[in-house]
Amino acid sequence: MFKHIAKTASAIAAASLLSAPALAGELVINYDGSDPAPKEAFSMVIGKFEEANPDITVKWNLFDHEGYKTSIRNFLTADAPDVAAWYAGNRMAPFVNAGLFDDVSDVWADNGLMDSMASTASSMTIDGKQWGVPYTYYQWGIYYRKDIFADLGIEVPTNWEDFLAACAKLKENDITPITIGTKYLWTAAGVFDYLNLRTNGYDVHNDLTAGKIKYTDDRIKNVFAKWAELVEPGYFIENHQAYSWQEALAPMVQGEAAMYVMGNFAVAPLREAGLTDDQLGFMQFPAITPGIPMAEEAPTDTFHIPANAKNKEDARKFLAFLASADVQTEVNKILGQLPANKNSEVADDPFIKAGFELLSNAAGLAQFYDRDAPAAMAKAGMEGFQEFMTKPERVDEILMRLDKVQEKVYK
Amino acid sequence: MSMSNDSMAIHTSANKQSFLRKNKLAIAPWLFLAPGLIMFILYVIAPIFQSIWISFFEWDGLSEKTWVGMANYHELFEDRDFYRSLKNNVIWLVMYMLAVPIGLFIALFLNQNVWGIRLYKSLFFFPFVISQVVVGLVFSWFYDPSNGIIALIYSLWDGKPPAILANEDYVTYGIIAAGLWPQIAYCMILFLTGLNNVSPDQVEAGRLDGAKGWRMLWHVILPQLRPATFIAVVVTVIGALRSFDLISIMTQGGPYGSSRVLAYYMYETALSEYGYRMGYGAAIAVILFLIMMVYISFLLWRMYQQEKSGG
Repeated sequence: MFKHIAKTASAIAAASLLSAPALAGELVINYDGSDPAPKEAFSMVIGKFEEANPDITVKWNLFDHEGYKTSIRNFLTADAPDVAAWYAGNRMAPFVNAGLFDDVSDVWADNGLMDSMASTASSMTIDGKQWGVPYTYYQWGIYYRKDIFADLGIEVPTNWEDFLAACAKLKENDITPITIGTKYLWTAAGVFDYLNLRTNGYDVHNDLTAGKIKYTDDRIKNVFAKWAELVEPGYFIENHQAYSWQEALAPMVQGEAAMYVMGNFAVAPLREAGLTDDQLGFMQFPAITPGIPMAEEAPTDTFHIPANAKNKEDARKFLAFLASADVQTEVNKILGQLPANKNSEVADDPFIKAGFELLSNAAGLAQFYDRDAPAAMAKAGMEGFQEFMTKPERVDEILMRLDKVQEKVYK
Repeated sequence: MSMSNDSMAIHTSANKQSFLRKNKLAIAPWLFLAPGLIMFILYVIAPIFQSIWISFFEWDGLSEKTWVGMANYHELFEDRDFYRSLKNNVIWLVMYMLAVPIGLFIALFLNQNVWGIRLYKSLFFFPFVISQVVVGLVFSWFYDPSNGIIALIYSLWDGKPPAILANEDYVTYGIIAAGLWPQIAYCMILFLTGLNNVSPDQVEAGRLDGAKGWRMLWHVILPQLRPATFIAVVVTVIGALRSFDLISIMTQGGPYGSSRVLAYYMYETALSEYGYRMGYGAAIAVILFLIMMVYISFLLWRMYQQEKSGG
């Protein structure tokens, strides 16, 4: 009899032990990092998070990077996860305005993020509230072939005249000065953004993407005039419209092209293709108008809590965990990017260190043309940039067309 | 009392039965049609009206819809990209028709009894079996201006290869060429089956009357291939309108929108990464629908005529 009771009791105990994890929260996370490095970084984060919170089981859904951009609209309304990856700036505005993202100002306040993430706070803020937590960002600039520059005796240019002279010298020696692949359009926007930031500065970039400046404004026309100084002599690689950004890496690896205006994510494939750190260098985009403070592009990747999430409590725990200095150090070491938390350590890598220095001294951080401008404007704008790079003589027609789109988009 | 009750019950049940029985012939076909009809109304007819309805709104798919009346259509008629897509649609329709005569001549060529002809026939049919996506990928490699086969051919005599997919004037023709490859194979197989049914008597009679070569083809063979030709034209028109996947794979509508067709433009404005103008996309869909209605009505009328004369 006693035996029997004991047995039952132990059975109950065992059962409750087994069911304990199932009773506690299940956290569903949707993430778009299907490339090897983000995948590895993220499974590391989840492993650590589960270790720190044994009562939470994480279920993560890995999405293809491009496909994610369309599926997020469906799952935010229909079957919301508890945490979803997205981007900062205007790119999150449609979801915030439609009430699909949760206000996470409390996570920022409780964890002192206003201080530790000061550099990205403004890009996460809409209507005075924070709508997500950034975990990584990366610098843009010019990646160049150090060895080719050294062979031809070219110094790293810091102003526009030197830059044009460097391009001319490369061209004389049958090396394409700048490689680029504009098939998917956004790479051209990187060049435009930098020309604009250097010709007119950070405020003009913001005013333009906010629809406060017309494209036919003289300041923007000046940007295109500078751009024409690169396009007309053929300093960009030919047939760039046919290449993706990855395909455009090849001429640089083969030594047929010397520079690439790109984000830091280009370093990994360039290294894989065989370029050593002696061959590959990084430089800041040169100054154009003297005296304009140097602002940089630094797109920020973020995590958000959908408004329809089921387990918001654990989701907040996850965001706080992800925001902590240690976790950001580890994640960005694997990603090869910069942590958004200023107390994190930066990985020991020449490009990441250069990027950290660049962004620490930046006069302002722009997200990127297609993240700062609304989608419809960005699409038309980037098509215009690609057309300009092909047919620079059509500049007036293109700018007038963009003005028309602008009128419709920012009503 | 009880008797009359019973008879009444019997009477009503007989009445019920007879309603079903009486109308059995009228009801049965509707019952059998019901599953298909319901699906068709739910998934085909209703969305058409839904699209027309949405085209009067400004809507990003997430927030509230705002009624804008005909504004989307007004914008459409001033939209340079819309006309360019429409023009490309016409180019696709015209160029795709080449598949019919080319398919016919390959079929005539293969319609002989040589050892191993079955193998040749299946090799010619092969491109139709491959997915459009693969065809698009393979052709974009052909066209690759640095390593593609076209670049290789040009490099034989030091020529500069044209970057077909990067040039606003060539790009649509480049994609059509890729699409023609499987489409020709499709037409060929239609004509091959048609040729099997060509009556040998008539060919023999024609030969006795001294018909040869072109005259034989034109006056004896082709009239007998009319049903096959009709189907070939129909599937080619459909193929031209289905050009979406090739464009999406090879250029994404680029460079700067020069290779878009209406279907792709609609997808781009309504559903792609930078789109989500549902109302505007729906307006494009409505216009595309109206254009296709012309063709569909012609097709239906033609089939009706045939059935009338055949029946």
